[in-house]
Amino acid sequence: MNKPLRRIAIFCGLLVLTLLLRDNWLQYVKADTLASDTDNRRVNITRYASPRGDIIVGGKAITGSVESGDNDFKYKRTWKDGAMWAPVTGYSSQAFGATQLEKLEDGILSGTDNRLFFRNTLDMITGKKKEGGSVVTTLNAAAQKAAYQGLGNKKGAVAAIDPATGKILALVSTPSYDPSAFAGTSGSDEKAWNKVQKKNNADDPMLNRALRETYPPGSTFKVVTAAAALENGVVSGIDDPTKTPDPFKLPQTSTNLTNEHGGCENASLREALRVSCNTVFAKMADNVGNQKMIEQAEKFGFNNAKLDTPVRAAESIYPEDNRPQNALDGIGQGSNRATPLQMAMVASAVANNGKLMQPYMVDQLRASNLDVLETNEPKELSQAISSETAQKLQQMMETVVKTGTGTKAQIDGATVGGKTGTAQHGLNNSEKPYAWFISYAKLSDGSTPVAVAVVVEDGAANRGDITGGGLAGPIARDVMKAVIDSKK
Amino acid sequence: MSSTTNSPTHHTSTIGSIGTPSRRNTELALLVFAVVIPVFAYANVGLAIDDKVPSGLLSYGLGLGLLAGVAHLAVRKFAPYADPLLLPLATLLNGLGLVVIWRLDQSKLLQSIKQAGTAAPRQLLYTAMGIALFIVVLVFLKDHRALQRYTYISMVGALFLLLLPLVPGLGQNIYGAKIWISVAGFSIQPGEFAKIVLAIFFAGYLMVKRDALALASRRFMGLYLPRGRDLGPILVVWFISILILVFETDLGTSLLFFGMFVIMLYVATERTSWIVFGLLMSAGGAVGVASFEPHVQQRVQAWLDPMKEFAQSRKGIPGHSEQAMQALWAFGSGGTLGTGLGQGHSELIRFAANSDFILATFGEELGLAGIMALLLIYGLIVERGVRTALAARDPFGKLLAIGLSGAFALQVFVVAGGVMGLIPLTGMTMPFLAYGGSSVIANWALIGILIRISDTARRPAPAPASNPDAEMTQVVRP
Repeated sequence: MNKPLRRIAIFCGLLVLTLLLRDNWLQYVKADTLASDTDNRRVNITRYASPRGDIIVGGKAITGSVESGDNDFKYKRTWKDGAMWAPVTGYSSQAFGATQLEKLEDGILSGTDNRLFFRNTLDMITGKKKEGGSVVTTLNAAAQKAAYQGLGNKKGAVAAIDPATGKILALVSTPSYDPSAFAGTSGSDEKAWNKVQKKNNADDPMLNRALRETYPPGSTFKVVTAAAALENGVVSGIDDPTKTPDPFKLPQTSTNLTNEHGGCENASLREALRVSCNTVFAKMADNVGNQKMIEQAEKFGFNNAKLDTPVRAAESIYPEDNRPQNALDGIGQGSNRATPLQMAMVASAVANNGKLMQPYMVDQLRASNLDVLETNEPKELSQAISSETAQKLQQMMETVVKTGTGTKAQIDGATVGGKTGTAQHGLNNSEKPYAWFISYAKLSDGSTPVAVAVVVEDGAANRGDITGGGLAGPIARDVMKAVIDSKK
Repeated sequence: MSSTTNSPTHHTSTIGSIGTPSRRNTELALLVFAVVIPVFAYANVGLAIDDKVPSGLLSYGLGLGLLAGVAHLAVRKFAPYADPLLLPLATLLNGLGLVVIWRLDQSKLLQSIKQAGTAAPRQLLYTAMGIALFIVVLVFLKDHRALQRYTYISMVGALFLLLLPLVPGLGQNIYGAKIWISVAGFSIQPGEFAKIVLAIFFAGYLMVKRDALALASRRFMGLYLPRGRDLGPILVVWFISILILVFETDLGTSLLFFGMFVIMLYVATERTSWIVFGLLMSAGGAVGVASFEPHVQQRVQAWLDPMKEFAQSRKGIPGHSEQAMQALWAFGSGGTLGTGLGQGHSELIRFAANSDFILATFGEELGLAGIMALLLIYGLIVERGVRTALAARDPFGKLLAIGLSGAFALQVFVVAGGVMGLIPLTGMTMPFLAYGGSSVIANWALIGILIRISDTARRPAPAPASNPDAEMTQVVRP
């Protein structure tokens, strides 16, 4: 009877061995996969077990944490002026996940990033509670506030950049949402969340218009067309008359393109930009040709699906088009589309003598003890235009503000260059147009601390009143002024 | 049978029996560890959850120590040659189980859904009852062979116990499995006791019939086919286990009983063909039942794709449970070293977190290292049981010991394998660790019987009577 007993003993040993192997598979091989599974509630429990690190603007935290007190998630996120900062921070909700900086820098903020591992281990040994690191942004609180207040209850967006570095100074989208309202998991959080969803709210407050919405750029695009014309030698001097009929018949069509203003026939480049002649720039885009226009637009950042700030911006488009459409693209009314950030980049490249810097909004990542983990250095994206072309464009844009359509953007003590735009859209231009303004401000020492793009899509305004200069210009001015004042 | 290990084969070699040490002091030393380790674990839980040593530490330590001490004294008095490892190992598991049950009692989530809160004091009471039964077994069962007399009564008793949950008004359906009965406010799992009683029946029956089963067979395709009338009993047992599966929807118990029977049959007859038969029949039965029993199907589905099951449960589709996936996450989140006692989140398993799924809490809080240690402790208990079977001098003792240890091993495999997602989940409890009176009490009785058999096996043979042949021949002169 002992032989089968020994075999049974081996069999029992095999049973235990099988369990041991399975356990090693589960707790060693698959451990990380299971532990970091997003459906595994522990991921969120850990995330909310300690106060989340803060997002910092100008040395002050714009976020915070409070004890939620009602469930297994100990702390929940709060935001100061949440609606104003939402286009920058995004949200971090216990129930609905996270977006933007809150998501992209979650490792730092929640303290799980590998770079914090040593610290965390040290804290664990010394018995200190785990703390998240902080994200220091490039934003300028004064500029952000000016932009947010400027837009008020109008629908629109503002993007402001420091042309020399690419630092994003303001990023506003209205109407906005307060991420604090749905940071937790309670019923009221769910209600607040549902209220701002696109399907329940036609204004789509969750849409980050500054980064994630593309608009027809309208007349602001004429700056790009002018740049293409100058770069490709289609025109030589900005004050030389161009051979442009008024009205201009779109090539290969019988459609006549007209102007809002008189004096556009054979107008010089400077004059054409000053009064925003459609005919001159449509013809110019046609003369430059679709391929060269695409090339110039791409140098300014168009057709780049991977523009990360680090929050990824929507792709601004300048497509391959037939001749009439390309001509319309030249005045920003064709099939080309741009985000407010993209148009701010155009203004910033012009202001920065042709050099386009990579726009970014995270300056530093810091551990909880303020050790710097990572610093973002300014990066050149491209030489969008030559320095000479940039100078010429600056002169033209400054004329626009001095005596043209953009006079409302003038600032005492600074030279402002800008371009207005009133982009028509909808079937047969039936919908209310978007008011655009792009500009930069130059100080007496020659530095250009800010470039800005403003778009207002205001359904409430009288159609005739919607002009880039009137509606968007003052907002751009206030933002630029806020930046200049904060430099003093 | 060739069980003559360690026993004198020749009347002159009596040296072996003189030197057999009782090992009672070894057992006592090990018991100290078996009590001290859970006490430390208990303090650990309190420090982790409340930042202070739990107030019940002293009484818990004294209680466990007292129980272990009384059990030890009983062994010292009534089974002095018993295996020295079984009692400490069982005490250690029981103590750790109590600690983790108490730890889960502290979970507000489990308290709010009435899945824990006062389980630990009850489990301590059950432990006391279990150890009392253990002592009763040692005191009243002077020789395990006495059980042989109750072979057929055991059969009736086992069937009675197994059918109890099907009695209307007495049986309870908890989470789809009808394996409980409710008596005076206590839920009892008769299956846990039936396991032991059934082992007694099998051992007694097989001891008598094993020659007929082993020898009277025809050879067919390299296998020994038993005669029809010898096949009868195995078919009956198979049928009963299938019935359990169908009516009580308890895959685990069914597998356990059938597996135990096949093991004992194999040991009794030494015929491999029984194993082949057993595997075929159990596989056929399981597949057959699974094809029409939705509860079993659902368990299999949950095993094949726990994530899908979790998603369906989350969507509120009835009949689905997220437990399987939650258990896997608990194990995974524990990783190699675990989160430390009291610092995991196994309460997310919710239902049966402190009973069927208690291993997941160990997995999360003590990690791979802790689970491996636990599995090895279980392995050691089984190994001591098999060794007892090897050392037993009578076939009934051998069969009973291997049946009980085999069943214990199978139960550990079925439960741990189920919780770890190796096999479909079944409603059984991890011996000694899990919350549940029936399980703890029955398993202490099981250890009691194994200790009794091991005591008989290791007891030195009585000094041989003086052999007149060995004495000098006296010549009687007339």
